[in-house]
Parts: sequence; C-alpha cells; structure tokens
Amino acid sequence: MSLRIVVCVKYVPDATGDRQFTEDLTVNRDDVDGLLSELDEYAVEQALQISENSDDDVEITVLTVGPEDAKDALRKALSMGADKAIHVEDDDLHGTDVMGTSLVLAKAIEKAGYDLVITGMASTDGTMGVLPAILAERLGVPQATLLSEVKVEDGTVTGRRDGDSASEQLQASLPALVSVTDQSGEARYPSFKGIMAAKKKPVESWDLEDLEIEADEVGLEGSWTAVDSAAQRPARTAGTIVKDEGEGGKQLAEFLAGQKFI
Amino acid sequence: MAEVLVYVDHVDGAVRKPTLELLTLARRIGEPVAVALGAGADATAAVLAEHGAVKVLTADAPEFAEYLVVPKVDALQAAYDAVSPAAVLVPSSAEGKEIAARLAVRIGSGIITDAVDLEAGDEGPVATQSAFAASFTTKSRVSKGTPVITVKPNSAPVEAAPAAGAVEALAVTFGALATGTKVTGRTPRESTGRPELTEAAIVVSGGRGVNGAENFGIIEELADSLGAAVGASRAAVDAGWYPHTNQVGQTGKSVSPQLYIASGISGAIQHRAGMQTSKTIVAINKDAEAPIFDLVDYGVVGDLFAVVPQLTAEIKARKG
Repeated sequence: MSLRIVVCVKYVPDATGDRQFTEDLTVNRDDVDGLLSELDEYAVEQALQISENSDDDVEITVLTVGPEDAKDALRKALSMGADKAIHVEDDDLHGTDVMGTSLVLAKAIEKAGYDLVITGMASTDGTMGVLPAILAERLGVPQATLLSEVKVEDGTVTGRRDGDSASEQLQASLPALVSVTDQSGEARYPSFKGIMAAKKKPVESWDLEDLEIEADEVGLEGSWTAVDSAAQRPARTAGTIVKDEGEGGKQLAEFLAGQKFI
Repeated sequence: MAEVLVYVDHVDGAVRKPTLELLTLARRIGEPVAVALGAGADATAAVLAEHGAVKVLTADAPEFAEYLVVPKVDALQAAYDAVSPAAVLVPSSAEGKEIAARLAVRIGSGIITDAVDLEAGDEGPVATQSAFAASFTTKSRVSKGTPVITVKPNSAPVEAAPAAGAVEALAVTFGALATGTKVTGRTPRESTGRPELTEAAIVVSGGRGVNGAENFGIIEELADSLGAAVGASRAAVDAGWYPHTNQVGQTGKSVSPQLYIASGISGAIQHRAGMQTSKTIVAINKDAEAPIFDLVDYGVVGDLFAVVPQLTAEIKARKG
C-alpha cells in the first residue's frame, strides 16, 4: 500500500518584524523577511511522524501558493524531511483571498493526487483559520480539524480535537483532510544532512494555466471580499508605571478602584 | 426589512453571551432570524426573542452531536435557502468559523472572520477587524454573494429588544458529507466555575514569571476576587503549568475584556496578538524593560509573589 500525503504550507511575513499593508491594502511581503509559517511546521512534523510510524510506502508532498520567495518555505519543509514540493506561482495570484487560495490549493491537490491532506491550524499572517474547512468542502472529503493528536491506520485517520467545552475523538476514512494544532508535537529542526538532501529534491512549478483556473477567479479583482481601509492602531498612551516598594499591590488596587473595577 | 441569519451558540438550550451580542449587531443591518440546532434548541427561543430575534428556526437530530461540523452546515444552509437573508452572522468560535466558512463556499459568498464591530453600509455590512497582532484596524466588506461574517465575543453590548421570536421547525436533509467525520468519544471539560475566557469582562493571566503549576493558585485567587477568567501565556502553557484551553495569544484565545491583568508576562508579539485590544491593561513584572509595559495603563515593576497576594487581599478588603 502507498499513502500520498499533501501538506499545505504558507510563506508568511515574520510576525516579529514590522508588518505593514501596501497601497492596495494587501499584505506587504517585500519589506519584512518571510518564512515558513510556524503553525505549518506542525503539519509537516505530523506528516513525517505518520510516515515514520507507517508500514506503507508514504510519499510527502509539500504544496504552497505564493510568490517566488515562497520557495524558501518549501525548502524548509523539504529539509525537515518531506519528499517533494509543488510551488503554484502566477502574477495573477496577487491579492487572492481565502476563497481563491483554497480553489488553487484544491485544484493543485487533485492534480498531485492524495490520500491525506494536512494543514496547520491557521496562518500566522491572515490568522483566519478557515482554510482547512473550506478545502475539505471543495475537495468533498471528511474534515478532521484542529487535532492535537493524529494517527493513520488501515485507511482511517483518528485524532483528538480539544474544544472549549469538550475534548472529542474523531474518526474518518481516507481520503480526508486533517489540520493540526501547535499542541500536536514540537516540530523538528532540519539536520545538516536534511538541508543538503533538500537541495536535490524536486520542486515543481505550476501556474494557473496548469490548474485550468482563469485569472479572474483569483487575485485582488477576483476576491470575494474587499478591504476598504487599514489604519495603524494608535499607540496606547503611556500609562503609569510604579516600582514596588512594598505597597505595589495596594497602589494597583487603588488604580483599579479608581477605574471602578472594584 | 431584510432578514439576517444569526447562528446560535448554546449549551443544551442555554444561549451563550456572544450570540446575544450578535443579535445586537444583526439589528443594525436587518431583522434577526436565529438558527438553533441540537439538543435544547427549542429552549433557546425565549431569551433570543428578548434580544431581538423575530423568528427562531430550530432543528434537532442525532447527527449534530455524532458527526463533526458538516451536519450543522447542512442545517444552516437549509435556513439560508428558506430565508434568503441579507447576511449570515456566526460566533467566532473554532467550530463557528468552520461552519461559516463551509456555508460561504456552498452559497458562493465571501467570508469575513473575527470581526470586532459591524455597521450597515451602502454596499452591505462593513466589518471592523484587527490585523497583525492587533497593530492594525481594517474595515472590510464581502463583495460577492451574501456576506457571511463571524464575530468575536465582546464585540457589542447585549441589548434587550423584545421581538416575536416565533419558533419554526427547520427541515434539514443531510448530504453525503455530513457523516464523513464521526465523533467517537467526547470528554466534557470540567467546569472551573469561572467565566469563559473569551467572554469574561476581566481576565487575569500568568506567564513565565509564575514559575510553576503550583504557583498558579495565586493567579486564580486574584481572578476569583474579581470574578475574572484565568489566562496563561504560551510559555506557561508550553511548560505544562496551565491548560492550553486557557492560553491567550496568537495560537490560543484572543480576548478583549474590560480589564486585562498580566502577571509575570513579558509581552512577546505572540501574547500581544491575543490581548492587545483589551480596554484597560495592567501588568506586574519584575523586569522594568518588559515590552508589556508599553501597553499598560498601569504597571507595577516588582515581584509578582509579593504584589499579587497584596492586591488580592486589598480587593477582598475593599469588597468587604
């Protein structure tokens, strides 16, 4: 048996950098260093663990949609141990929203062939967290999302979803889509050997034509949502800071009482 | 007046506060029609009517509890088909966002998630969102289809606005995908008796400086003196000191309470993303250079093990 896993990853601006919007109100991807979204590292890690724990012949493909630099995210995933990569890149993709991105991913996943799709829980830039559910809807496969624990055995995926009111055990037949949380297990660092090996791993480039997607289905024009304005939040006005000289707790209580919290 | 669908988050008929906030927002753009699913759905009608629901569409079936998300999407879609609303509003819980997103694809509509405010506009509802760890505020619209918008807790006041709230049974046919993911077990979380983190008016959080699970007791005591929820930074959660369900930050909950008290939390971007929109921010940290002090209305540089218990005692004394 073989198991084909496609891991969707995103190349995002570093959250510790000074993130800004551009004039067309899309995310400025030029002035801040980019990297593989931290939350997607967990998805790559779980794919690798599924592969390591499986008797099947597992092939892991990492897939991204993004500009030229997004190759860095694929390289990172390959150096962690994924087998090959697909980069969907097209100038017409600039400004694509989650509906367009999910369309591109779905077409690419179908073209690549898959038994299991794994994603992170959200991106660290857009932070919507809805792409996995949309992707499952588009692919027409079960969604087992927000898993903190995941296992694949005999054509079935099982896992634990920790919700606010309950922790649930989920089960679905393959093909299926899984998203994993940052609680699923620390992602490994690429080894030197892994980094060297990644340079020789295949990275395919596809454009919209390869996926039979029209330009007007994606991009800023094809977006199903419109951002009218983006304003930097005014810096919070400097507050009062006191050094505790033995009365710090009481001073704080006085402040809270003044604000009517007590 | 156009109808607006409001998806109801409830526990066995007890409507959760964010849904009542949605009704306030829904009334700004039309007449709220509520959709309540699962066990106890009919029992939600009275409180929904008090807060402005003109109709309450209800459905119950074993599928809602036995399978993940999709049966609820089928039901919300049935409500959408029956009502042809001007917009669909859903609470921004993990499940709420997934339900909303799948509905949006099916009905060919754009989606906006995690709105913190909503107002009527010439080209449809305008949603306010926070971006980049709440360093930006954006205003957006859905430009294709019927707007599907998820709204974060504490985004609007709960307002009394009595309406008919007539209960109508919603006919739901489940599609082939509805039974795709089976829920084979469910362990309810033990109630702490404290308010829900995302809904609380006051949140007291502990971080690395709390230095051990056993020390979280002083954070909990302070929280209880204020009737607050307890939060934790990622550092504290990763160290195993407090449950992940209480994590505040980019990969945990994002909260927007009236008062946020950060104890022993440095204020890394990952944490700020989850609490920066709080109305009043207070911090206790022994490091005067900690970035959290850039955000505070009031900060105490000192040892939290001295300051927090003194604060708790003073609050208890003042409350008598």
